[in-house]
Amino acid sequence: MVTTRQNYDNELTKLKQDLLNMGTCVSRAIKDSVTSLAQKDIELARQVIDGDDIIDKMQVDIEEKCMVLIARQQPMARDLRVLGTGLKITTDLERMGDHAYDIAKISLLIANQQLIKPLIDIPRMAGLAQKMVNDSLEAYVNLDIALAEQVCSADDEVDSLYQQMLRELLTYMMEDPRTISQATQLIFVARYLERIADHATNIAEWVIYLETGERVRMN
Amino acid sequence: MDYKIQVSKLKLYYGDVLALKKISLNVQPNSVLALIGPSGCGKSTFLKTINRMNDLVDGVKIEGEVLIDGDNIYHPNIDVVMLRKRIGMVFQRPNPFPKSIYENIAYGPKIHGLVKKNELDDVVEKSLRDAALWDEVKDRLHTSAMGLSGGQQQRLCIARLLAVEPDVLLMDEPCSALDPISTMKIEELVTELKSNYTIIMVTHNMQQAARVSDYTAFFLNGEMVEYDETDAIFTRPQDKRTEDYITGRFG
Ligand SMILES: Nc1ncnc2c1ncn2[C@@H]1O[C@H](COP(=O)(O)OP(=O)(O)OP(=O)(O)O)[C@@H](O)[C@H]1O
Ligand SMILES: [Mg+2]
Repeated sequence: MVTTRQNYDNELTKLKQDLLNMGTCVSRAIKDSVTSLAQKDIELARQVIDGDDIIDKMQVDIEEKCMVLIARQQPMARDLRVLGTGLKITTDLERMGDHAYDIAKISLLIANQQLIKPLIDIPRMAGLAQKMVNDSLEAYVNLDIALAEQVCSADDEVDSLYQQMLRELLTYMMEDPRTISQATQLIFVARYLERIADHATNIAEWVIYLETGERVRMN
Repeated sequence: MDYKIQVSKLKLYYGDVLALKKISLNVQPNSVLALIGPSGCGKSTFLKTINRMNDLVDGVKIEGEVLIDGDNIYHPNIDVVMLRKRIGMVFQRPNPFPKSIYENIAYGPKIHGLVKKNELDDVVEKSLRDAALWDEVKDRLHTSAMGLSGGQQQRLCIARLLAVEPDVLLMDEPCSALDPISTMKIEELVTELKSNYTIIMVTHNMQQAARVSDYTAFFLNGEMVEYDETDAIFTRPQDKRTEDYITGRFG
């Protein structure tokens, strides 16, 4: 349709593109952080750690863009929801980035240690969280509510994996106190992954709000 | 909850032209209803059906009902002069009488015989205070109202209405000729006044509707497309036409 607000629409499209770029960087950081842990890849862990500044900068830029558009265009209705959810989604992405950074730090910490157990559940959990992140971004691009709802329900699986890992690592610690130090770090990793999945769920919920105007609380 | 105003299946014809197409809406007491919509959609026409100002126009035919406090205002027994006293109206351009500020306010209460002569001063002061104008004019009450600024004149017109103790205020783009500060004063005033009055306000300014109103109705081509709480209209309108209009994407 012929729009009377072409410039504004272009700005909104650009904002969406920026969010996607940020999402792609974050998704990548999560993947690399877990790979660096599983493969004891110090170089990769360093890349994730250094990359966090870029992600933080992206967040600041997106927030700035949203604030300027709110001030200049006084958005209403859907436009308002686009900008409001933009501000929320960029925060969720930035937090996920922080967790990837935290995981990479742990990779450095335990890179020269013998693993107390083979990493099986962490990569599984990471795979699930990763998929949730990517799906939430895809749901955002295509305004796909069904996919967003799928992301929300996947969160339960991540939560139960987290509980399972927690129990398992506690058992290790009780049986052999020498494992405590590393097991604690692995519990942190699991916790970060669980939080990443929560943020992906938030994004999915914001997609639903963006499209319908209804706030849902899935988890 | 008793509605202050109940409009049902209201149709208005200018000659053969249907200008209001079966409008039904209820207005809560002590609320502000904003009417929005493109030029010519029937906002002013609708507003004027609430105090029967359209009666003055040749060839107007009205069907349907308008109830105020449960009474049908189009009933033959209704005293139209009394009705217009109860339902005051403010227009786009302030229209003070070419008399003193004092006389502008005192005129209504005098002709309606509302007050004794020695109470007039009090009524004038109270009305001007309620219209947030007293401090600006208290030292020049007997000078001409025409010497006031546009924003002051508009508040004078509101004070003039308040002096006859109406209970509904109709405002047709009351700020469109005013600067931002006068506009803000009127908006503040509207918010204050709603504790004692029920207010319907036509505005072309979306932000104004969003700031001052509790409910918003969107009109298009004589039809009421959507009517909801203002919060809902401006964050999640249900009709695509409302969305297009309030986001400025009306082709
Ligand atoms: N006295 C009249 N005689 C004939 N047609 C009229 C009369 N007054 C208004 N109309 C027509 O009725 C329709 C609605 O007019 P109205 O003044 O109610 O619109 P509005 O929504 O208030 O527009 P605006 O925002 O420009 O003030 C218009 O098509 C107008 O031309
Ligand atoms: Mg009009």
